[in-house]
Amino acid sequence: MMKILVGYKRVVDYNVRIQVKPDGTGVVTDGVKLSANPFDDIALEEALRLREKGLAEEVVVVGIGPSDLTAHLRNGLAMGANRAIHVVTADAVQPLTAARTLLKLVEKEQPGLVILGKQAIDDDANQTGQMLAALWDRPQATFASKVEIADGKATVTREVDAGLEVISVDLPAVVTSDLRLNEPRFIKLPDIMKAKSKPIDLIELATLGVDSGDHLKTTHYAAPAKRSKGVMVKDAAELVAALKQKGLL
Amino acid sequence: MSKILVIAEHLDGKLNPSTARAVSAAAAVKPEAIDVLVLAAQADAIAAEAAKIEGVSRVLTVARAENAHPLAAVLAPQIAKAAAGYTHVFGPSTTFGKDVMPRVAALLGTAQVSDVMSVEGSHSFKRPIYAGNAIVTVEAEPSHVVVATIRTASWPAAASGNGNASVEALSVDAALPSHTRFVELRQGKSDRPDLQSASKVVSGGRGVGSKENFEIIYKLADKLGAGVGASRAAVDAGYVPSDLQVGQTGKIIAPELYMAIGISGAIQHLTGIKDAGTIVAINKDGEAPIFEVADIGLVGDLFKLLPEIEQAIG
Repeated sequence: MMKILVGYKRVVDYNVRIQVKPDGTGVVTDGVKLSANPFDDIALEEALRLREKGLAEEVVVVGIGPSDLTAHLRNGLAMGANRAIHVVTADAVQPLTAARTLLKLVEKEQPGLVILGKQAIDDDANQTGQMLAALWDRPQATFASKVEIADGKATVTREVDAGLEVISVDLPAVVTSDLRLNEPRFIKLPDIMKAKSKPIDLIELATLGVDSGDHLKTTHYAAPAKRSKGVMVKDAAELVAALKQKGLL
Repeated sequence: MSKILVIAEHLDGKLNPSTARAVSAAAAVKPEAIDVLVLAAQADAIAAEAAKIEGVSRVLTVARAENAHPLAAVLAPQIAKAAAGYTHVFGPSTTFGKDVMPRVAALLGTAQVSDVMSVEGSHSFKRPIYAGNAIVTVEAEPSHVVVATIRTASWPAAASGNGNASVEALSVDAALPSHTRFVELRQGKSDRPDLQSASKVVSGGRGVGSKENFEIIYKLADKLGAGVGASRAAVDAGYVPSDLQVGQTGKIIAPELYMAIGISGAIQHLTGIKDAGTIVAINKDGEAPIFEVADIGLVGDLFKLLPEIEQAIG
């Protein structure tokens, strides 16, 4: 029976309206609500469902971040993961470093499946799963909207621009979750109590011997260009006239 | 001086327009050469199309049976080998590019710059984060090859027709895995213009109400010769297939005319349309956030207004 490793990143909650600092040094994160990356909740839900179907025996959530990330990983445990691994580092890591870090954990844990969110809604990079699969020299099934496991293989339906693509991959493999893979469950109060006794391994990133891949330097943050306020028309005829005037009809 | 390799995207033997957009971004780096790499089972027709794109120096082809479908695990080792001697490797930020390019970057041991909106210098780029709510300038290390995906909505397609690039077969010595197999591609069959490259797009949202009601969106689209899109809410409700979704996690588009019908305008949706030329919003709720970005807004019942619009167009 296989083990499933799930990436569980903490990000600014998706309901927060992001404000760029006036001096262009970053976005305002002081005092804003932090939550699990929505795609990671979907990844974790999928892992839990595979365990509930008897296709996996253990679900391990992994986070990379500062010491207070432990509280966030407790949410993953409350949702149902068996245990957590917290790779401790004060600094945010870029996708290549995250992938190299996950590879170290994969080598140690030997999971049959790694499920990550297709992207994190903070940096929107959409890279880590693909990079991990490359470094691990294993298959990747990105943007998954359906995952079926049988006979040591995963049949994955992927949301691609042209429609839905189905691929078959040998396990172990990396899957990244798209929005319609599932609807994550809500955490119940008794589960929060239970999660308190579940184990969280703390590993200092510096002890893993990861070669940093943080090659990108962000030099400036800016608010996006605003579209200027438009006009309201009162009926269909006015709308069509306005579009004709702009040469669009 | 920079030398850029652009990875061609194609389907059914035809070059995807995203490739010419990636060539535009490559040209903005002002390199000494832009080469396009075509990985396919049969590359000739695709390569001939790519050779016509202005600014392309050479088209390199790797034609082998394993390249019949765009499997990242199969393509990435070949791209990584072909990247030798280049300072930059660009791919489109479509599901194809998003899937394969990070795998290439990892094989090359380099970071990837995702969703390049503008080129500020050979190693300096602007890209969106937080669903486009902030734009960052990132500097890549010149000691590494730059792997980047190009946000297609930010770039015009490089002109096609006058280009006259040479086409050369490339032999790539890369071991290809057999652990990943293509099963099928389920495509929505449609004669309408492709959503991602259409100059006009009509999109429907939750306000359309049902799969059957979506007919009214198709009807207006056909009248305008427009592509059809949808909000995430409409896709989640099952009105239309997922490949019509416009927004942060769907398609990011930049048509000349975008008509948002019954779409409230969640930030995730607005991210996908903010490069559109003219945005028209039709919604019964005058307070809907879509009106904050619309160039032309009309408050009212879409089921009454759409037939009136069709009639007024004549």
